[in-house]
Amino acid sequence: MDSYYMLKNNFLLKKIEISVSEAEKRTGRTAMNMQETYTAYLIETRSVEHADGQSVLTDALWRRYSEFELLRNYLLVYYPHVVVPPLPEKRAEFVWHKLSADNMDPDFVERRRIGLENFLLRVASHPVLCRDKIFYLFLTQEGNWKETVNETGFQLKADSRLKALNATFRVKNPDKRFTELKHYSDELQSVISHLLRVRARVADRLYGVYKVHGNYGRVFSEWSAIEKEMGDGLQSAGHHMDVYAASIDDILEDEEHYADQLKEYLFYAEALRAVCRKHELMQYDLEMAAQDLASKKQQCEELATGTVRTFSLKGMTTKLFGQETPEQREARIKVLEEQIKEGEQQLKSKNLEGREFVKNAWADIERFKEQKNRDLKEALISYAVMQISMCKKVGGWYLTLLPVCLDSCSCFSLLLGCIGICSHF
Amino acid sequence: MQDAQAPACLPVPGLWSSESRDLILPNGGTPAGTSSPASSSSLLNRLQLDDDIDGETRDLFVTVDDPKKHVCTMETYITYRITTKSTRVEFDLPEYSVRRRYQDFDWLRNKLEESQPTHLIPPLPEKFVVKGVVDRFSEEFVETRRKALDKFLKRITDHPVLSFNEHFNVFLTAKDLNAYKKQGMALLTRVGESVKHVTGGYKLRSRPLEFAAIGDYLDTFALKLGTIDRIAQRIIKEEIEYLVELREYGPVYSTWSALEGELAEPLEGVSACIGNCSAALEELTDDMTEDFLPVLREYILYSDSMKSVLKKRDQVQAEYEAKLEAVALRKEDRPKVPADVEKCQDRMECFNADLKADMERWQNNKRQDFRQLLMGMADKNIQYYEKCLMAWESIIPLLQEKQEAK
Repeated sequence: MDSYYMLKNNFLLKKIEISVSEAEKRTGRTAMNMQETYTAYLIETRSVEHADGQSVLTDALWRRYSEFELLRNYLLVYYPHVVVPPLPEKRAEFVWHKLSADNMDPDFVERRRIGLENFLLRVASHPVLCRDKIFYLFLTQEGNWKETVNETGFQLKADSRLKALNATFRVKNPDKRFTELKHYSDELQSVISHLLRVRARVADRLYGVYKVHGNYGRVFSEWSAIEKEMGDGLQSAGHHMDVYAASIDDILEDEEHYADQLKEYLFYAEALRAVCRKHELMQYDLEMAAQDLASKKQQCEELATGTVRTFSLKGMTTKLFGQETPEQREARIKVLEEQIKEGEQQLKSKNLEGREFVKNAWADIERFKEQKNRDLKEALISYAVMQISMCKKVGGWYLTLLPVCLDSCSCFSLLLGCIGICSHF
Repeated sequence: MQDAQAPACLPVPGLWSSESRDLILPNGGTPAGTSSPASSSSLLNRLQLDDDIDGETRDLFVTVDDPKKHVCTMETYITYRITTKSTRVEFDLPEYSVRRRYQDFDWLRNKLEESQPTHLIPPLPEKFVVKGVVDRFSEEFVETRRKALDKFLKRITDHPVLSFNEHFNVFLTAKDLNAYKKQGMALLTRVGESVKHVTGGYKLRSRPLEFAAIGDYLDTFALKLGTIDRIAQRIIKEEIEYLVELREYGPVYSTWSALEGELAEPLEGVSACIGNCSAALEELTDDMTEDFLPVLREYILYSDSMKSVLKKRDQVQAEYEAKLEAVALRKEDRPKVPADVEKCQDRMECFNADLKADMERWQNNKRQDFRQLLMGMADKNIQYYEKCLMAWESIIPLLQEKQEAK
């Protein structure tokens, strides 16, 4: 992740630099008093106050993955209209055979370290999230931070309905934009998952191709031993094969970085969906409240006029067991009128809330769209650059093989052909 | 019946004449009409010169092309057109065009082995193919076979002795080869007898160093080629599986592109790029299969047939040594070595000379063939990487394009 962009959108980052610089294996005890092993990450914060751009270390503390999760869950609750940046994956997915699925594997830990740093940088560069106190404390207050977060009571605020991802709430007047966006986020998740799965298989196969070439190395060498004039050419060919086979490890490591970039947006798609979902629930609640208010008003009217059009238990029992007294009716009307007044207030504030939400959410969604297009273009460019450098490297090796094969051959046209190819590399 | 006579300026082709039982001795007593043989090595030098001067002094050109399928009631088969152009006196016409099938090539090779046992006969592509697995009539198979058959005939053409063989001549020129084949059957039995008579049942005590070295070389050579063949096949298999995944990978970018606005073009570009790389890889894999593998197989077959010629040579030497020993044991005071022992000695020496000459020419050809093979392989790979390079380079500007302000 390029810190350059962070500095451009300069919010919290104007004043500080954040990095997740180290990872360390630790052992501890779980809540159930069982021994566990986990990884802790060192978060360093530097302030860039000085005119010469020098930074001074202001804070350094250790956090584990679960604390990052806690922070994120808090942000999700307190900023429902924000597309909250995602964390790196909890468990290694889309692995191909050489990658480890083990959370304690050093490569996985390293990639997670980068992902966590990226998460913090994203939050720090978000116009709204960067101002959050809990986030600030996350960076600066090692002890007691968990308690502080829990004290906000955000878990209680969290809408449990959000957990039921696929439960449908029949909204009568859905906002078309949000419906489309939700659909888009679903499709995006699906297509990036597919892409990552196939990419992993491609990586696996490419690895196989390169490694089998390595088998040539030894046999060419052995063959060269029995040849007189061809010996050099064969030795050279064998050597090239060894170098070629060894090069795949670096190539695929670079590609893994590209996969991580895609993964971030896979998880971002989920965050986008969450915003749509929250809006959906808000809309549903609004409609339910309006419906409830309307029915109460109706009830009130009927009681006042004596006509019974709406079903109510009281109405039924009255019919069956006799009319109620005028006093009783008056009392009921009064209660209803109170409820209606309250309901109208609530509906008003809910409407306001809803409009605010839509406005803010849409602003953040636009911001997110720009960010996404920028980031993914960059990712594709760096992927293309990776491929180009790979082609040049390997093509170049084959090119150096030619002169050795030419040997004592004085065929002019072949030499010219070589020169022609040289110009490309 | 007249033998296919060698031109006056070149020595008698070989020791074995299919038309007569008499052995032609290089040391004298040669029948009228043939000159005394020059040494094989000087002959080789002369012909190497011919090889280097691209066809300038060559007087025989043979090509195999135009495969055609024949469908008959009993069987279906392919024939190839053999075109011969020559100024040699052995050919009545300057140009010939005949059609032959694999069977005919097989027959030719057998006749050459019989009639020129002291020489290395080039190999033919494999005779049997598993009917279910390989399509004998597919374009790829027929083309691969045609190339191999063309190579086979060209190798014979280039050989100073084999190219003058009568059977070769008939193969190139006869309208009705089958009639000639039937004729030859009768002769076969006679020759068979003589061959059996001469080369049966002698055990060689030790191979002379130079031939032992050749034997060892061929053993290792064939072994290494076999390994390379297996590795190459495995690589092709892995590349094909890689290709399968690539073919699924590229289109996913297209699917994604359909969801996007600003990213639509870049993603589509990447998809097309991967498609181009896939196509390039397929070409490379095909080239490996068509050009690389057949040459490996051919040289493995070549090594095998060469080893059996070495064994025959051993037999001839063994016979000579046995007979020599028998004479020595007879304790007779005869200063003159009996005629038949002399014959054996000459036979052995000619065999050795022919074999050494052929070995040297084989080594030269092998060097050239493998040099070409490795270069070809390198070249094909370079082309593949060039294509991929161009594909990826061409989309960079597309990816960097700034969207016009909406």
